[in-house]
Amino acid sequence: MLFQEVSELLKKEITIELRQKYALSGIFLYLASTVFICYLSFNLQSNQLNPITWNTLFWIIILFAAINAVAKSFLQESPGQLIYYYTVAGGQSIITAKMIYYSTLLVGLGLVGFAFYGLVLGNPVENIWLFILSIVLGSIGMSTTLTLVSSIASKAQNNQTLLAVLGLPILIPVLLMSIRISKNAIDGLAWSDSYQELAVICSIDAIICTLTIILFPYIWRS
Amino acid sequence: MKKYWWKILCVLLLLYTVIGGLLMEVPRLHILNESIRNTFFHVPMWFGMLTLLLISAIYSVLYLKTSSAVYDRYASELAKTGSLFGILGILTGMIWANYTWGSVWSGDPKQNNAAIALLIYFAYFLLRGSLKDPQQRSRIAAVYNIIAFATLIPLLYILPAQTDSLHPGSGGNATFSDIDMDNKLRAVFYPAIVGWTLLGIWLTTLGIRIQKLKDNLEYTD
Repeated sequence: MLFQEVSELLKKEITIELRQKYALSGIFLYLASTVFICYLSFNLQSNQLNPITWNTLFWIIILFAAINAVAKSFLQESPGQLIYYYTVAGGQSIITAKMIYYSTLLVGLGLVGFAFYGLVLGNPVENIWLFILSIVLGSIGMSTTLTLVSSIASKAQNNQTLLAVLGLPILIPVLLMSIRISKNAIDGLAWSDSYQELAVICSIDAIICTLTIILFPYIWRS
Repeated sequence: MKKYWWKILCVLLLLYTVIGGLLMEVPRLHILNESIRNTFFHVPMWFGMLTLLLISAIYSVLYLKTSSAVYDRYASELAKTGSLFGILGILTGMIWANYTWGSVWSGDPKQNNAAIALLIYFAYFLLRGSLKDPQQRSRIAAVYNIIAFATLIPLLYILPAQTDSLHPGSGGNATFSDIDMDNKLRAVFYPAIVGWTLLGIWLTTLGIRIQKLKDNLEYTD
């Protein structure tokens, strides 16, 4: 029952996304322009950026692209739409569907961003798979937090500012851990050196996911 | 007497902390010297803050379970006092760091994460301010408060433990348990924690009473 609801809602998210392609392409264009602006602002040939700067800049770009991407998850839905969902589905399946959808979207965004960023600004990463894993785990944490915060912000006036103010400080643990793992990946350290960090980020993701699923029905109801 | 024995206890413990903490003999350690006395003022702020914020998060859970406005008031006032303790913790730490580390802010992981923790709770108050409907405000604020506390734990305990810190007790610096925290220090340190935390709870009860009067005033208007 729950599984069926989630898959139906997931289908709905994808259909809506495909109907308004401009929103999706807008996010990717946002990512591409930001990367290009960074490239022009640093005014450099590729592979000249210090790896730490390269890494930090990448994650900052991904962070802001993620905020823009997830912001619309609740903010763009009209009150009428929300009331309709309320009558046909439970809060937990709605948030699960949104979490799955936005996690996938952000992982995609992160990977495309990584490819383009590496192309333009040079790619110092030694351990590509570890880096990709850090993108996946980081994106899951970010999308879950931002989906919940977006649902909170949609209840208040002054939405966009509130989303950033509420979301950024909660995102910092996930962000810091992803930066640390991807730094290990850039330095080409062995997998075993990152096990501890990976365990921490997995547990943070798990805590956020569980809390979101448990707490969302309360926001939903009000 | 039954009701306010703990307030008397709080005053006595704090008098003991201030007098004992400033006058007693402390172990001589390099760099720390007399500034070790900050253990009785700076460290209990963090214990107090965490205790208050933990109780606040528990009241938020209770609010979500029962939807009783009383619990929401408790949670928000506890978060206020908790943040006050956090600010005091940062300030006392900064004064101490100025003399022992040579600068007010040295980007120590614990300093940074404490600042982030405060940002999270300021966002909580901003959220409360931006919601008009009282019931909606209570419910959404309770949800955010629970998430805020869940983020606080990795922020203050797991992340700093993985990097070197200038703080005593990490990165090869002298720590509580081995050298400096001898039994003399403990004799003041533990009462100090209890005393400051009790003061926090006392402040909170005053805040709750003020808030209750304000709410009643709005209700009768």
